[in-house]
Amino acid sequence: MKRMKFKPKSKVHEFLGEKLIAINAFAALIAIVLIFAFIFKEAIPILTDPEIQQEASIDKMTFKQEFYEGRDPKWSWQPNSEVPKYSVLPLVIGTLKAALVAMLFAIPLGVGAAIFSAEFASRRWREIIKPAIEMLAGIPSVVLGFFALIVLATIMQDMFGFLFRLNAVTAGIALGLAVIPIVFTIAEDAMTSVPISLRDAGLALGANQWQVSLTVVLPAALPGIAAGVVLGFGRAIGETMIVLMASGNAAIVSASLTDSMRTISASIAAELAEVVFGSAHYNVLFFLGTLLFIFTFLTNLGGELAVTKLKRRLQGRLS
Amino acid sequence: MTTTASIRNKHTGELDSKLVFRPKSRGYFPKGLCLAASLLIIIMLAVILGNIVIGGYHIISWDFLSSPPENGMESGGIFPAIFGTVVLVILMTIAVIPIGVFTAIYLQEYTRPEAHITQLIRMAINNLAAVPSIVFGLFGLGFFIGFIGNGIDSIFYSSEGPVWGQPAILWASLTLAVLTLPIVIVSTEEALRTIPCELKEASYALGATKLQTIWRVILPQAMPGILTGAILAVSRGAGEVAPIMFTGAAYYLPYLPGALNDQFMELGYHIYVMATQSPDIEATKPILYGTVLVLLGLTFALNFMAILIRSRLRLRRINA
Amino acid sequence: MKKILICGLLLISAVGLVMAGTTITIKGSDTLVRLGQRWSEEYMKHNPDIVIQISGGGSGTGIAALLNGTTDICEASRDMKEKEYKLAEQKGIIPYRVSVALDGIAVFLHNSNPVTNLTLAQLKGIYTGAITNWNEVGGPDARIILYGRENNSGTYAFFKKQVLNKEDYSDYTQTLPGTAAVVNAVSKDKNGIGYGGLAWATGVKFAEVKTNDTAMAVLPNVETVSNGSYPISRELYWFFNGKPTGELKKLVNWALSEEGQKIAEEIDYVPLLKKDAVANIVE
Repeated sequence: MKRMKFKPKSKVHEFLGEKLIAINAFAALIAIVLIFAFIFKEAIPILTDPEIQQEASIDKMTFKQEFYEGRDPKWSWQPNSEVPKYSVLPLVIGTLKAALVAMLFAIPLGVGAAIFSAEFASRRWREIIKPAIEMLAGIPSVVLGFFALIVLATIMQDMFGFLFRLNAVTAGIALGLAVIPIVFTIAEDAMTSVPISLRDAGLALGANQWQVSLTVVLPAALPGIAAGVVLGFGRAIGETMIVLMASGNAAIVSASLTDSMRTISASIAAELAEVVFGSAHYNVLFFLGTLLFIFTFLTNLGGELAVTKLKRRLQGRLS
Repeated sequence: MTTTASIRNKHTGELDSKLVFRPKSRGYFPKGLCLAASLLIIIMLAVILGNIVIGGYHIISWDFLSSPPENGMESGGIFPAIFGTVVLVILMTIAVIPIGVFTAIYLQEYTRPEAHITQLIRMAINNLAAVPSIVFGLFGLGFFIGFIGNGIDSIFYSSEGPVWGQPAILWASLTLAVLTLPIVIVSTEEALRTIPCELKEASYALGATKLQTIWRVILPQAMPGILTGAILAVSRGAGEVAPIMFTGAAYYLPYLPGALNDQFMELGYHIYVMATQSPDIEATKPILYGTVLVLLGLTFALNFMAILIRSRLRLRRINA
Repeated sequence: MKKILICGLLLISAVGLVMAGTTITIKGSDTLVRLGQRWSEEYMKHNPDIVIQISGGGSGTGIAALLNGTTDICEASRDMKEKEYKLAEQKGIIPYRVSVALDGIAVFLHNSNPVTNLTLAQLKGIYTGAITNWNEVGGPDARIILYGRENNSGTYAFFKKQVLNKEDYSDYTQTLPGTAAVVNAVSKDKNGIGYGGLAWATGVKFAEVKTNDTAMAVLPNVETVSNGSYPISRELYWFFNGKPTGELKKLVNWALSEEGQKIAEEIDYVPLLKKDAVANIVE
C-alpha cells in the first residue's frame, strides 16, 4: 500500500499546506470585497445620515437645485461654497465626454492596427507594431498627462484654434493613447484565435486573403473586439492622472467637446487630500468612488460576457 | 459540411450576399486603412518618446540622479524620488509575490478550471485588474490608513499622535500590492501551464507529496514566469500615481524614508507636482523632462526584461 | 525570493539607522511651500540634527492635517474658518497662529493683453461669470478665459472671500492644481486671466488693481503689499497646536528673524514689516 509509506507528520504538513494555499487563493476575492466595502462604507452617510443629507443627498446630487432663492435652478459642482453644491451631473458629463473622444480616437486606430497585425502584416511589420503597442501600454499615465498638458495642448490649440487650451478633445486624445493598447490586444487576440478552417472555407469559395479577413474573420471575432472596446471604455472612465492634468477641470454642463471639463476621477484626486474626515464632502467623494467602482465592475462583466460568447461561437463552429 | 454552413447567414441559412467575391480586387483600400492606423500609432509613439528624449537627455547626469532637489525644485536632482520609488516597489514586491504565486498555484494545481470556486476567484481577479487606480487610492486611505493604521494606533499608541494612522510608505506599497496582484497571478499561471506534466508525474512516482512537488519541482520551474510577473508588477507600480497620492507620497522631503511609517518622494508624483505646482515652470522644465525620461527609462527597461524572459519561456514550451 | 526579502529588509533597516534627531513636519499651503522649503534648507544647514519634512497640498490639507494631528506646523495662506476652529475645539487642539510673511494675490494677464488695470468690481464680475468678454473691461472683443485654483487652496478661498464677496466662481473657471499651472496656462493663452501668489509669476504680466473706478491703480509688488496699498494682499500663517516650544519655537523665531525674512524676500515673497516680525516672535 503506497499510502502507508508517508509519515503522519507529512500528512499534517500536506493538509496545512493545502489549506494555507487555499486560503491565500481567496486574496483577490477578499480584496475586491474589501475595496467595495470600505469605499461604500464611507458613502453610506449620504443615504442614512440626515445631517449629511441636508448638504448632500441622492436627490440633491441628481436633480437641478435652486441653490439661491429667486435664481434659476441648476446643476452645479461647488463643494467649497457658502452653499455647498454637489451636483454629480457636470462630472458625469465631463467623464463621458472624455471617454467618448477617447473611444472615437482609439477604436479605429486600435482595431485597424489589430486587423493589420493579425491579417495583413508581414512578419517584419508585426515585429514593429506589437512592441510599439507594448511600449505604449508601458507609458505611465502621469507621463501621458504630462505630455498632454505641456506639448499636446499647445499643438492642438495652434492647429484648431480652441478657445480653451485644455478641453475634452485634448484630454480625450491623451486618454485614447492609454486605451489603444487594450483595444488592440484583445481585438488581435480574438482575430488570431479564429480557426483556420473558417479561413480555408472562405478561400475555397474564391475569396482573396483580404476578403476572407474582412468578411469571415472579422465578423467571427466581433464579440472579442466588442470586449476590447468595452474594457477600453471602462479604463477611459476610471483613468485619473491624464484627465486631472489635461482637462481644465471646470465642472460645466455643456455638450461641447471643446469646452473644459471635469471628470469624476479627477475630482476625487483633486479634492480628497483637503477634506476633513467625516464631512459631507468626504462622503460625497467616496460616493463618487463607489460609482466608479460599480461602473467598471459592470463594464468588466460586459467584456467577460463578450469573451465567453466569442469562445462559444468559435468552438461551436469548430465542431 | 460545417465550413460551408458557417458562411451561410446565421438566421436565414442562405449564402451571405457579401460573400460573392470579386476575385480581381487586391484590397488596397482596406489594407491601406489598417496600415495607416498602425503607422499613426507608431508615429504618435515616436513623437512622444522623441519629445521626451530630446527634452530630457541633456540633463541626465550622475549628479542629477544622485542629488536631492534644491531651490524649490528649480535645480538639483531627483535622488530622493528614485530612492522612494525603489523602496516602494521593493516593499510592494515582498507583499504581492507570495500571495500572487500561491493563488496561481491553487488555481492551476488544486482546482479544476470549471469549478465554481475557480471561476469566482477568476472573476475577482479580472475585476481587480479593471478597478480604476484612483479607487485603489480611496481604498488605501479608507482601509489601510483609516482602518488598520488607526486601529493599531488606538491599541498600541493611544496616548501619542498618529503613528501608523497616517500616509506612509508601507500603506502606499500595500495599496500598490493589491493593484498589481492580478498581474502576478496571470503571469505565474502562464508559467505553470508550460511545465510538462511528466515532471510532476516523475516527482509523484519518486514518492514526493503534492506539497513537496510544488515546492521542489513546480516552483523552481515556474521561476521565470514569477520573475516576469514581478517585473511587470514593478513596472506598473512604479508608474502609478493616483493610488499613492493619499497614501504616502510627499511633495518634498529632505531625508530618505527610514521607517515603514515615513512618507516618501516618488518619481511619478514628482512629475505631477513639478508639472502643476512648481514655482517657475520654465525653469523647472529641463528637470521635469529629465524626471519623465528616468521614469520612462525605468519602466521600459523593466518591460523589456519581462518580454525577454517571457519569450524564452515560450521557446521552452514549444520545445517541450 | 528569500534573498530578495532579506535584501529588502536589510536595506530598510540600514536606512533606518542613518536617520536620527528631531523631525519636524510641515504641511499645507502650496503658496507657502516654496518658502517653507527654502527656510528648512537653510535652517537644517545651521542645525544638522533637525530634520524638517515638508509637503504641500493646499491650506485645507494642512489644516485638516493639524486637526487630525498629523503635522507639527500647518502652513496656511488663509485664516482658519469658524467651522474649522469649532472642529479643533472638539478634537482638543488649540490652534496657535503666527503670521510669517505677506503675500499679494496678483492678477495675471497674457503679456499681449492691452488691458492694464481692473477694478475689484470688474474682477468680481469676471470671475463670477457676469462679465465674459474683454471688451466689457476695455480690451479686445474676445471671450475671457478664466483660470483659477483647485478648491483646496487657500488662494482659492482668499480670492473668493476678498474679491468675490463669497459668491461662487463661474462654472467655466478652469481649476488647476497649482499656481504654477495657472501662470503657465495664462502665459500661453492670450485671452486668459488668472490669479495667484506674487512669488510665482514669470512669463505673464500683472494687472494693476483699483479698489473703485476713481481710485489709483496699484501694481502688486513688495512695497505696495507691505504698506497695504495693494488691495488683494494677505498674511501667510503658520499654525501650531498650542504655543510652540522647544525646537518648534526656535524654528519659527528664526523664520521671523532678519535672516529668515531676508530669505523670504530673496525668493519674491513679501517680508513682514520689521516691527510686525519682532512683535510676532514667540516668547
